Amino acid sequence: MTHGFPRPKQPWQLSRRRFVQGLAAGGVLAATPSWLQAAAKGATALGSAPVLSGREIDLVIAATPVDFTGVTRMATTINGSIPAPTLRLREGDDVTIRVTNRLPVSTSIHWHGILLPYQMDGVPGISYPGIAPGETFVYRFTLRQSGTYWYHSHSGFQEMTGMYGALIIEPRAGERHRADQDYVVQLSDWTDEDPMHTFSKLKVQSDVYNFNQPTFFDFTADVSKMGLQAALEKRQMWNQMRMNPTDLADLSAATLTFLMNGTTPAGNWSGLFQRGDRVRLRFINAASNSFYDVRIPGLKLTVIQADGQDVEPVTVDEFRFGPGETYDVMVEPQDDAYTIFAQSMERSGYARGTLSVRQGLTAPVPEPDSPEWLTMKDMMGAMGGGAMGHDMMKMDSMGQTKMDHSQMSGGMAMDHSMHGMQQGSENPLAKPSSTIHHARTEYGASVDQRVDTPSTNLDDPGIGLRNLSQRGLRPQGHRVLTLADLKSIDGVLDDRRPPARELELHLTGNMERYSWSFDGLEFGKSTPVSLRHNERVRIILQNDTMMTHPMHLHGMWSELETAQGELRVRRHTIPVQPAQRISYLTTPHDLGRWAWHCHLLFHMDAGMFREVVVS
Amino acid sequence: MRLIAIKPLTILAFTVGAFPVNTVLAQMDHSEMQMQGGSAPADARDPHAYSDGYTLTEGPYAQPGSRQLKLADEHAFWSILGDRLEYQEDSDSTVYDVQAWYGTTYDRFVIKAEGDIADGTLEESSTDLLWGHALNAYFDTQLGVRLDQYNEGKDRQWLAFGVQGLAPYWFELDVTAYVGDDGRTALSAEAEYELLLTQKLILQPRAELNLYGKDDAENGLGSGLSDLAVGLRLRYEFSRQFAPYIGVEWTDTYGDTADYRRAAGEDTSDTQFVAGLRFWF
Repeated sequence: MTHGFPRPKQPWQLSRRRFVQGLAAGGVLAATPSWLQAAAKGATALGSAPVLSGREIDLVIAATPVDFTGVTRMATTINGSIPAPTLRLREGDDVTIRVTNRLPVSTSIHWHGILLPYQMDGVPGISYPGIAPGETFVYRFTLRQSGTYWYHSHSGFQEMTGMYGALIIEPRAGERHRADQDYVVQLSDWTDEDPMHTFSKLKVQSDVYNFNQPTFFDFTADVSKMGLQAALEKRQMWNQMRMNPTDLADLSAATLTFLMNGTTPAGNWSGLFQRGDRVRLRFINAASNSFYDVRIPGLKLTVIQADGQDVEPVTVDEFRFGPGETYDVMVEPQDDAYTIFAQSMERSGYARGTLSVRQGLTAPVPEPDSPEWLTMKDMMGAMGGGAMGHDMMKMDSMGQTKMDHSQMSGGMAMDHSMHGMQQGSENPLAKPSSTIHHARTEYGASVDQRVDTPSTNLDDPGIGLRNLSQRGLRPQGHRVLTLADLKSIDGVLDDRRPPARELELHLTGNMERYSWSFDGLEFGKSTPVSLRHNERVRIILQNDTMMTHPMHLHGMWSELETAQGELRVRRHTIPVQPAQRISYLTTPHDLGRWAWHCHLLFHMDAGMFREVVVS
Repeated sequence: MRLIAIKPLTILAFTVGAFPVNTVLAQMDHSEMQMQGGSAPADARDPHAYSDGYTLTEGPYAQPGSRQLKLADEHAFWSILGDRLEYQEDSDSTVYDVQAWYGTTYDRFVIKAEGDIADGTLEESSTDLLWGHALNAYFDTQLGVRLDQYNEGKDRQWLAFGVQGLAPYWFELDVTAYVGDDGRTALSAEAEYELLLTQKLILQPRAELNLYGKDDAENGLGSGLSDLAVGLRLRYEFSRQFAPYIGVEWTDTYGDTADYRRAAGEDTSDTQFVAGLRFWF
C-alpha cells in the first residue's frame, strides 16, 4: 500500500459545484523542476500530454503537487504531467524505456495490453521486484503489435493518483483508416482523498459514496404510481437478499472528479478540427474505478479498434467502457463545436470536452441521465426480469440484430465458413459448456450471492443504456455499442484451433464486507492458474456479482466468443456484466507469470486477482 | 431510569443463546433459490483445480524469496463507530455506545463499550472485548469477555458469545449470551434499522432487550426478561461519517427488576428525549 499522502479535507469543506466541475485551470501545478524539463524535451502537444517518440524513452516518476478542485494534493506523476506523456512508438521497433523512481516508495510501470517477456510486464511481485526509490529500471522489448494502448503504475494506488498515459504503436504497414486529426481522449478519475483512506471507508461502510440509495419517499412515490403490492414486490428480493439495487459503482462524484485528458469538466479539454476533417479519437479508460458512457451529441461514432486491435467498422451513437478498455472511433464533424460527453455509469457526474473548429468554442452539455435501478436480470441473469423485462430485452436485441445484419452482410458468409472449420458438433468443446459449476469456496463468507441462471448473450448494453430511445432519453434509432457488435477484422484472430480444454472461474464478492475475489478466494488465498505454453484454451468467466468487472489478462490476448462458440473479437480487457457468463479463448505464447484481475482498482486490490503461470 | 443501567437477566444458558440463533440465521440465508449461503454440494468445483500444484511462491517463474505481492485481503483495517453519544433529557445523563474493531475481512478484534455518565461520574458501564470471526457472508460470531462496572452495586465479569451482522431486510442484529460467576447467565439482543427518508435524513428505530438467568439484587436486576428499550432517532448526515440526531427513547422493566425499582422508589418505565451525535472514522 502506498501511504504518505496528506490527510484529506472532507469533501463537504469544498463547495459542491467546484468539487464536481473541478477547477477550470486544474491540474499539475506550474513550477517544473529542471530534471523534468530535460526529460520532456522535444515534446509536442497532442491532447494535453506531451508526446515522446523514438526507440529510447526516459520516464521519471515523482510526487508532484496538483490542484483539480481548489485544494492542493500530491500526485504521483510520470514526467510531471497528468496524463503521463503519450508514447508514440513504432511496430517492430526494439524499444528501451528507462524508468527512474524519485518517489520515497517503490513503483512500477505496466504496459497495458502489450505482448512482451514477462520480466518486462511491470507487476511487482510477479514480473519483477518493482522499482525501488532512487533506482532506474530499464525496460527493453520488441513491439510485436500496433494500435492504441496505455501504461500505468501497478503499485498500490499510484495509478489512481496520476500514473497513467497513452501508448500508441504505429503500424509498420501504415494506418488502415486515414485521419486528418488524431487525438487521444483519455478518461480518468481523481480523488482528493488518500485512496487508501477511501478504500478503508468502503471496508467500514461499502455504500458510503452512494448518494442514490432507495429512500422512503421513493417508496411512497412508487406506491402511488403502481400500488402498494407492486411497490413492495419491486423491493422484496433486494431487501430480503440485502442487495442494493443502486449499487452501480463503489465510488462516485462524492469523492471523484472526472477528467478528460487530465482536464476537469469546467476546464473543458478541446480538440480542434477543420470542417470536412476525418477525426480519429483514441478513447482510453484510464480511470481507477469508473465506467464511462461516451457520446458526442450530433456525431455518429464509427468504432474501428477495440483494445488496439482493428475491428470491422461499426457505427454507433454511444458506447460504455470500463477501466482498462480502449476504443478508437472515427468521427466526421460538420458543425463548429460538439461536446464529448462521458457520464459515469452511476450517473453522479461526467467528464467532458469539446471538439471544435477553434479554441474556446463550446456546445451544449447534456445533463447526466437519472440513475436506473438494477433489474432482476442483473441479479439473476437469464431467468430474471419477469415478463416485462423479457419483452424489453427482446425488443432491444431484435433492434440490434437487425442493424447487425444490414451492416455486416459480408461477414455472415464468413461466419458460416468458420463454423465449418471448428469441427462442428463433433467436438464437445466446440461450444463453451453451459453447465454451471460453482466452486466449493463460493459457499463461505466471501460470497454474498451465486448466479444459477446466467445470461450468455453479448448484446445487452447494460444497466442505464437499455432502450434509451423507447424511454425518450435519446433520439429515435440511437444505437449503443455492445460486445456483440465487435468483430475482429480478417486475419486478427490467427489461431483457429478449437480449444483443447476449458477452465471455468467465477467472479465473486461480498459487498457488505467489501471483498472481491475469483471463486470466493481473494488473491492471498489463491493458487495460480497454470497454462501450457502455446496451448489453445478456453476460459469461462461467470459473474456472480451485481457489478460489471473489466477483466484484464496480462501477457496474452483474450479472444471473445459467443455462447455458440463463434470466435468474435480480440481484447485485452473484457467487461463481464452482472450475472453474465462469457467465454474467451487464449493462446499463451509467452512463458512466465502473469497477472489477471479486475481493472476496477479497488476490486483488484481487494483480491479479485489471480496469477497465471505459462510453462 | 437509564437505558444502560438495565442489563437485566435470564433463562438462557450459554448454548441456548448462540447456536439456535446461528441456525435460524443460516436458515434465513438458505431462502430464495439458494443464491446465498448454504453449503457446497459434493461435486462443487475445486478452486485450485487449475494450479498444477503450483503456488504463489512455488513453481516455474515464481519470484525468489517470500511473497512480495500482498493486497488488501491481507491488510488489517480498523474503525470506530460512535453509534450513540447522547444526552438524555429526563435523567440528565450522557450515554455512550461505541464500537471499534481492528482486523481483516473475516477476523477482527472488537470492542463494544456502553456507559452512562451523570454528574461527571461514570455511573455504570459495560464493555465487551471480543474476537470476531466470519460465520457467513453477513454475520460474525464473537467470543470474549464482558466487564460490567457499577458505581453503586457490584461489578460483574462474564464470558461472552454472540453473533452480529446484517439480517435479511437490512436489520442490524447483535445477540450475545453471557456466563458469569455463580452460575449467572444473561442474554442481550439489539436490533437496528435505517430508514432513509432522503439521502441524508435517516430515521433509525432501535430495540434492545436484556434477560438474566437469576436475580442480582446488588445491581437491581431480576431474572427473566428484565428490560426492553425502544428508541427512534432522526439524524442528519452532514457527511456519512458525521451526523447529529434527536430522538425519543422508551424503556420498560419487568419482573423482579421492576420490583427492585419500585422498592427503590423509582419508576419502572419512562420515556425521554435524547439528542446526540453519530460518527465513525
